[in-house]
Amino acid sequence: MRRLLFLLPVAVFVAIAVYFLLALNPNRDPQLVPSALIDKPAPEFDLAGIGTAPGLALAAFKGQVAIVNFFASWCEPCKDEHPLLMGLQKQVGAPLYGIAYKDKPADTEHFLTELGDPYKAIGVDENGRTAIDFGVYGVPETYVIDKEGRIRQRFVGPLSERDIAQELLPLVRQLQQS
Amino acid sequence: MKRLLALTLLLILLAPAAFAVEPSERLADPALEARARALSEELRCLVCQNETIDESSAPLAHDLRVLLRQRIAAGDSDAQAVKFLTDRYGDFVLLKPPVEPATYVLWFGPIAVLLLAAGGALIYLRRRKAAAPAAPLSAAEQRRIERLLQEDG
Amino acid sequence: MIIELGHFALILALCLAALQSTLPLYGASRNHAGLMAVGQSAAVAQFVLIALSFAVLVNAYVTSDFSLATVVDNSQSTKPLLYKVTGVWGNHEGSMLLWVLILSLFGAAVALFGDNLPPSLRARVLAVQGMIGVGFLTFIVFTSNPFLRAHPAPLDGNGMNPVLQDPGLAFHPPFLYLGYVGFSVAFSFAVAALIEGRVDAAWARWVRPWSLAAWCALTIGIAMGSWWAYYTLGWGGWWFWDPVENASFMPWLVGTALIHSAIVVEKRDALKSWTILLAIVTFSLSLVGTFLVRSGVLTSVHAFAVDPTRGSYILVLLVLAIGGSLTLYALRAPSLQGGGIFAPISREGALVVNNVLLTTAAATVFLGTLYPLFLDTIGGPKLSVGFPFFNRTFVPLMVPALIAVAVGPLLAWKRGDLRGALQRLWVAFAAALAVALVGLYLAGFKPILALLGLALAAWVGIGVLCEWADRVKLFRAPAAETWRRARHLPRASYAMTVAHFGLAVSVAGIAASAFEVEQIQMLHPGDTLPIAGYVLKFDGTVKVPGPNFTADIATVDVMRNGATVEVLHPERRFFPLQQMTTSVTAIRTNFLADLYVALGDPDDTNGSTIRAYWKPLTPWIWMGAVIMAMGGLLSLSDRRWRVGVAARRRLPAAHPAPGE
Repeated sequence: MRRLLFLLPVAVFVAIAVYFLLALNPNRDPQLVPSALIDKPAPEFDLAGIGTAPGLALAAFKGQVAIVNFFASWCEPCKDEHPLLMGLQKQVGAPLYGIAYKDKPADTEHFLTELGDPYKAIGVDENGRTAIDFGVYGVPETYVIDKEGRIRQRFVGPLSERDIAQELLPLVRQLQQS
Repeated sequence: MKRLLALTLLLILLAPAAFAVEPSERLADPALEARARALSEELRCLVCQNETIDESSAPLAHDLRVLLRQRIAAGDSDAQAVKFLTDRYGDFVLLKPPVEPATYVLWFGPIAVLLLAAGGALIYLRRRKAAAPAAPLSAAEQRRIERLLQEDG
Repeated sequence: MIIELGHFALILALCLAALQSTLPLYGASRNHAGLMAVGQSAAVAQFVLIALSFAVLVNAYVTSDFSLATVVDNSQSTKPLLYKVTGVWGNHEGSMLLWVLILSLFGAAVALFGDNLPPSLRARVLAVQGMIGVGFLTFIVFTSNPFLRAHPAPLDGNGMNPVLQDPGLAFHPPFLYLGYVGFSVAFSFAVAALIEGRVDAAWARWVRPWSLAAWCALTIGIAMGSWWAYYTLGWGGWWFWDPVENASFMPWLVGTALIHSAIVVEKRDALKSWTILLAIVTFSLSLVGTFLVRSGVLTSVHAFAVDPTRGSYILVLLVLAIGGSLTLYALRAPSLQGGGIFAPISREGALVVNNVLLTTAAATVFLGTLYPLFLDTIGGPKLSVGFPFFNRTFVPLMVPALIAVAVGPLLAWKRGDLRGALQRLWVAFAAALAVALVGLYLAGFKPILALLGLALAAWVGIGVLCEWADRVKLFRAPAAETWRRARHLPRASYAMTVAHFGLAVSVAGIAASAFEVEQIQMLHPGDTLPIAGYVLKFDGTVKVPGPNFTADIATVDVMRNGATVEVLHPERRFFPLQQMTTSVTAIRTNFLADLYVALGDPDDTNGSTIRAYWKPLTPWIWMGAVIMAMGGLLSLSDRRWRVGVAARRRLPAAHPAPGE
């Protein structure tokens, strides 16, 4: 009995070491905050567009699978992912909508003129409230919304080719078929 | 890796010198403001490293502080105002983890360790008390002691 | 050329460490004096080589040698000299080199000052130190080499994080490492004792000074880090339960338990296996801390650049070192003979209580720090654990511990008189009660925890003085007698008084932070802001360039009764290279309270946000830590430690004299 007690420290350590080993998994991102809205309805919003362009509202998504990308002209990683967004609609077969987060419309316009406009429609969220309703905590973030208007997936940070090919594309296909 | 780098860049942009609640954010009613401050101190700033939204100067923290005050001013109770945030950001935004089955080990662990350690100590102490006294000296050892005592004087 | 010398010295040190970890161990088991002596020469030579290597790295930073990749990443030519030097350890590779430098320093110290250790014990201790050295030197040479070149060498570097360019923070790592790595000696002694199969009073006499030295350094290191956070971050916070802060706090808690437990081993030959376990666990926690900071498994303001491959390497080190030592413990510890018997109510009993509470506290901090990680790895919800958790779990554990601090020293060894001890503490009890009542009268029931903290601080502070008064028979014997007794009290006894008093001072400072007063206003030049009996007058800001930053410096007149008592200059500094702003707060302290003024964001009309705080007793937090460390140093200077185990007399029976 006494002997068993002496084994307790090393046993506890082994358990901790196993957890550490699991934690070292390169696929794990300790800074990533998972979305609290997965499988929940996307929040209601109705945003104005840039200048005289029509804006963006939740109603626009009804009945189709949609991709929403939060971006800003002052955001460096957004510039990195922008080239990938340019052909995204065609590549994935679902409409891509943009929401400009905490950005002056003039700056957003300049950004899109310079780098291209991949979006079907753009909403301007100058005060960031819509983003907060989505649970956005940084830009860029990309959301996949299904036909019933529920959020199904969130990508935090700039999209990579791998993200699009291995996660976004299959998910959109799957949602479109259901 | 690239994503991590990008997010890190983002954090650097958003996390300059930290200064907390701005005078312009404060609510007029001191009681409501006090509630808001107390709640902010228990909410995590998501884009900072280990700061509350009360302390952080990140823009997101500012937004959340303003939002919290709006909810409180609109008549939400403390729990409702916090729920508004956890609905959107999940339980991660709470610095005090909820007491639920997933966190029983966390919340009851310390007391369990204390009871275990205290119990172990008590058993140890009881055993010490009951331990047999030192074995009596053999004849040879007795002679040796006498010799040494005589030598040292 | 010099760089290659430094690199080569490092590799040579690794080879020496390998020799140091094997030959003396073999020599000890065979009782071969020559092989055992190899340990000493290897340890000293290893230190010299690593010191050389470190000097080369420092030189590379000072001369801004941008052919070295780490210098490029972490330095720039316009940095002030002090920060060029301290920048050596402001990054992963350099700090690891500092780590092994201190490790080899302690090894060399045991080799040079360990002449009165039994040779086999010394050989084994040095062998274990060598093993740790091998582990970390291979880590450095293969994964974190500071001597890697940058091709092609750029014209200037990327600069250091501006937040690190500060004297307080610059010296925080060396003290911390002296602490962390210092506990490696206790670890080596513990493992060596397990290999020998024997723990006696001589062992404890040896372990205590080294553990105490490491503990003093760790106390100072943690206090420096906390103080830096206080004056830099702009709102006066000084402890955040950040994972890496906790990683330094846990070894401190267990290290405190260790130095107290070793007293029982030395004086009463009891608690042996428990003390061995504490020695192993303290250093293990240092190693775990190293893992947490450098592997990227946790987010923390302290984390170095993340690299999971480095993390895997350190995990292997952890498994070998901690797993190995704990397995050895499981195998050998049961056969350690227990010694002195004692009643539960006794000084030993009090020290057992102290151990139980401190280790539970460390376990609590461990749980709070790592639980989110554990949940995350098994796919559970993502949670965060902060202040509220620790306030509800850690703080309640400290209450009985603090009560025991005053009572324990008044209990006799073997069998103590609890009632007598409590009676002798009536003054302390009265003081605590008085503090509590005055506090309740002034502040009401709301800050009840803070009042409890202040009362406990009074209990410990006055209790410590009561114990001293009791030992010198103050007021119970003629003054001459008291004076004589006071002069002849062993230094270690005064050390205990000083250290425990320092604890009381810190606790008071911590508790009083609940009573701080805060004023945050947007002020324009000429505006005033009243706070805590002072009136602050804001006189505007000026822009001033610095070596690698531009500063906005504000002028704030601190007035009392209409007269200016001091002019404060809080600043904001903008570093163009890193695009970062840091703040320099202005603090006026009279050592009883701090008047703390920070500069906030400006508005468009020449105004600035001024944040002013009046923080009563806050300087006592760090003053208390310094006093505690002084107590530790005082204990180290006790002549009995230098004498160590009494020299063996050449008697026919050759029994060592029992010492004190």
